Amino acid sequence: MFDSKVIGMIIEGIRDTLYMTLGSTLVGYLLGLPLGILLYVTNSKGLKPNKIIYGIGDFICNIIRSIPFLILLILLIPFTRLIVGKSYGSTATIVPLVICAAPYIARVVESSLNEVDAGVIEAAKAMGASNLQIIFKVLLVEAKTSLFTGATITTGLLLGYSAMSGTVGGGGLGDIAVRYGYYRWQTDIMIVTVILLIVIFQIIQNLGTFMAKKIDHRKK
Amino acid sequence: MSEIEIKNLTKIFEIKGHTVTALSDVSLSIEKGDIFGIIGMSGAGKSTLVRTVNYLEKPTQGSILIDGINLSTLSEKELRIKRREIGMIFQNFNLLEQKNVIDNICFPLEIAGTKRKEARIRAKELLKTVNLEDKEKAFPSQLSGGQKQRVAIARALATNPSILLCDEATSALDPQTTDSILKLLKEINETLGITIVIITHQMSVVTEVCKHVAIIDNGKLAEEGEVDKIFESPSSDAAKELITGSEINYTPLKSLDTKRKIRIVFKENSAYEPVISNMILKFKTPVNILKADTRNVGGKARGEMILALPEDEAVSEEIILYLKENGLAVADYEGEA
Repeated sequence: MFDSKVIGMIIEGIRDTLYMTLGSTLVGYLLGLPLGILLYVTNSKGLKPNKIIYGIGDFICNIIRSIPFLILLILLIPFTRLIVGKSYGSTATIVPLVICAAPYIARVVESSLNEVDAGVIEAAKAMGASNLQIIFKVLLVEAKTSLFTGATITTGLLLGYSAMSGTVGGGGLGDIAVRYGYYRWQTDIMIVTVILLIVIFQIIQNLGTFMAKKIDHRKK
Repeated sequence: MSEIEIKNLTKIFEIKGHTVTALSDVSLSIEKGDIFGIIGMSGAGKSTLVRTVNYLEKPTQGSILIDGINLSTLSEKELRIKRREIGMIFQNFNLLEQKNVIDNICFPLEIAGTKRKEARIRAKELLKTVNLEDKEKAFPSQLSGGQKQRVAIARALATNPSILLCDEATSALDPQTTDSILKLLKEINETLGITIVIITHQMSVVTEVCKHVAIIDNGKLAEEGEVDKIFESPSSDAAKELITGSEINYTPLKSLDTKRKIRIVFKENSAYEPVISNMILKFKTPVNILKADTRNVGGKARGEMILALPEDEAVSEEIILYLKENGLAVADYEGEA
């Protein structure tokens, strides 16, 4: 049953899953981090309150986050095709994963930044720091532990979603689980992929927690 | 020209449709090299006042002049550069928790664009000034409150400011640590000639280090002047309350509570003479001492007493005259004693 062909397929599945998860987290942060900072800055209590910009950002985040991922996956097929050239495979899956992750990341980033003590920001202002300096030298530095924890949670979430994309031919372990477990009744292969997903999730979560603790200087 | 000039300052906050007048028509002049105390009960508006000095709060009306320059005429960028000349420390220290001591001290220099090497050298000098040379690599979470405030002071001094604003800087500290921080501030004032503005609700802080004091009550300037003078003869109710009222926790017997009470303050010369004994011998009339205390006012010992005078008004008048002649500050006292 577990011949070299199946093992090769599972190894490829692990590779694809990691590629989708980490790739979409990375690209998700490229979009979500600036968006999260923008939300924080333009909030009514932010560095430069702006009701209109905050309102637009807030609205977009809420709209995208309220669409279930599976629906988003299907809705975005034309868009994915436009960007990647095809709508199946692991690279194509990264597109909806990123669109789904970016607003989520923005919210996580916004709440991490909100945790930064207002007194420290005031002190920086009193020193003559500009808003950009406050963002890059105070906010992102002081919130780094919380940001890291947020990134870990996001990665875990995207791991789950990448598996879900298997239902529409997304590749990776989720794809294997659906094809063999659901369509062919090969439960053993499905169980193996599920165990592998659990293991990968544990590794990501524990590594993230460990790193977050390591870089935190608040409590020693 | 005064170093800091606050002219007809009014600050109104709009909170959820309500307007709150935090400060109304406050004018103050603070001279170079002074240690100026601004005291008031919590909510009096003193923290808002100090925040207008570096324009963290912009005045609704009135103006702030630093060395003759009106802060409202500066652009955002010019204002940020101006703020490097005005250091500030806080009740909660507000250190960067993720940076160690030396990086915290280097931070304002980093913001000002100073080279890292130079910043380090300057930071090490400052660590010496605040007596924390051995804590260079420590993180704020590993320091005590007093040590954190020392780091904050070093940080505030990094850019060589000419003014240091202290917002309730000792309120989160125990009395001993408060003393050591106040001593440090005084030392900095003397050696660097830096003007220090101290916001506090503790009269003891003012009497210990300040030369001048302004009393803020309900957003208005109640009284200002030399600490000595105001301690001896406070004229506003707010000043009286701050100097005497709040710190007395002694209630005399009702029978001792006579019609007329006075508060006397011993100055340096009179503190060594047995004035009260002499007075009793002279008038052959007993007086009740309702309260007696000594305090350190600007490094000088000051005695303070609340006396209940005899019923006989003529004798009372003579006693007051006698005390005044002996160089004591005398004022009627209305409080509960």
